[in-house]
Amino acid sequence: MIKESIAYLLLNIDKYYEAVIVHLEISLAALAVSFMVAVPLGIWCAKNGRVSYSVINAFTILRIIPSLAVLVIAMPILGTGFVPALFALTLLAIPPILINTYSGFRNIDPSVLECAAGMGMNAGKIFIAIEIPLAMPLVLTGLRTSAAEVIASATLASYIGAGGLGDFIFTGIGMNDIRILLVGGISVALLSVLTEVSLTAVQHMATRYQRD
Amino acid sequence: MARTAIEFRNVSKQYANMLQYAVAGINMRISEGSFITILGTSGSGKTTLLKMVNRIYEATSGEILYFGEPIRNLQIEEYRRKIGYVIQQVGLFPHMTVEENIGTIPQILKWDAGIIAKRVDALLELVCLSPRDFKKRYPRQLSGGQQQRVGLARAMAADPDLMLMDEPFGAIDAITRQNLQEELIRIQRKLNKTILFVTHDVNEAFKLGDKVMIMHEGTIQQFDTPYGILAKPANEYVARLIATQDIVQRLKVLKAQSVMLPVDAQVSDRAFRVGTEESLHNILTYFLEHDQNHVLVEDDGRGVVGKITWEQLKVSTRQGNFLSA
Repeated sequence: MIKESIAYLLLNIDKYYEAVIVHLEISLAALAVSFMVAVPLGIWCAKNGRVSYSVINAFTILRIIPSLAVLVIAMPILGTGFVPALFALTLLAIPPILINTYSGFRNIDPSVLECAAGMGMNAGKIFIAIEIPLAMPLVLTGLRTSAAEVIASATLASYIGAGGLGDFIFTGIGMNDIRILLVGGISVALLSVLTEVSLTAVQHMATRYQRD
Repeated sequence: MARTAIEFRNVSKQYANMLQYAVAGINMRISEGSFITILGTSGSGKTTLLKMVNRIYEATSGEILYFGEPIRNLQIEEYRRKIGYVIQQVGLFPHMTVEENIGTIPQILKWDAGIIAKRVDALLELVCLSPRDFKKRYPRQLSGGQQQRVGLARAMAADPDLMLMDEPFGAIDAITRQNLQEELIRIQRKLNKTILFVTHDVNEAFKLGDKVMIMHEGTIQQFDTPYGILAKPANEYVARLIATQDIVQRLKVLKAQSVMLPVDAQVSDRAFRVGTEESLHNILTYFLEHDQNHVLVEDDGRGVVGKITWEQLKVSTRQGNFLSA
């Protein structure tokens, strides 16, 4: 079975490469955009106690909506292809990063910040030298969660014509051809594992001080 | 005459949504090089008073002066860098090594890396931690007592004139606390810093302070030397507060020079000699252990200046008892 899959893969290697690249492109773009939106928003929420509650709640509710539903809802508004898929995946990736950024900055021991200010560090210096490094481990946890979700959900993007490894999976299902299905499925799984491993390594570096 | 390091001019603080003033109409001067302990129960305003000095809290009204200059006029970060700040929760930066923690302010002040490294070593030695063993550790790898030693070293990194300490030993076990108190006294004698030290522990306040400021309900009840307070409590509140001190603790606070009878004639007496700063506790111990009934008090420069007898010791102790009862 695996042999047959590999044979199919080799025969369609060009199409496969293209699918992997599209899959990566759309995932990375969604992660980058959501990172750029969610991190500043999370920091802002952490520093503005009163409004934060509603913003965080809104995004928590947003998380409950399944990614396929978001994709389908986006289609009539944004049409088909790359952009609506990117939009849906970005929306999907924001909550974990936002919530973790928020808790990362919120959970910093206030006495540490009081000392930093009392010693004569200005707000900018405190933010860069103290707050960012201390919040970073949680921010990265959020990014990891989002990355896993986005890479898996990018499969669904092929439903609205955005391409990617989902093409193989849905073709496999449609044609009842297990070889094609496996090519897509295993590739997505590998991609998820690789992302997880590399982000874990980054996180490991950011939390060195927490270990002996 | 020592300069005035800190002066409060009619300073009050009222927190938002609070009817009562946390601190009300404080006037006081603290001279350079003195070790002041601020003593009070929780809610007495002692921490508020302390934290207004480095503007963690802003005074609602009144003025605080730092060597004659109103602190509102000073650039806040530059001003704070002249003040060592130590709090009960220590507040070390968990993601930085001991070395990086201590070097934070020197680095901001753009000291040369070599000078910072030397400074870190010297400070670690000063707080009795071996630089070789501790420099590269992270705060969480240290015990509570060690963390506060590093906190103290960090506060002294840029050689501040003034140290603000908010119950720094409050969360530390009794034995370690005693060691730290003694080391702080030693450090203060050596470096002659002006220290404001907040505590709720009567014994700690009397042991450390050259002068003790007793706070209650936002006002200063008494601001005097430990002896002055023990001998003459200003009011009922102070009397009740110091009554919690037991006799032995009180003897530890009282110094030989405060009870000695002056002698001027040449003394040929071979009796045991003590310094003017010797605690009555040690003199009592000497009487009991050696079956003696008097000692001579000697001043470094002037030879024998006084005499303390067993009778006198009894009287002074009893007086203290009577006054605080």
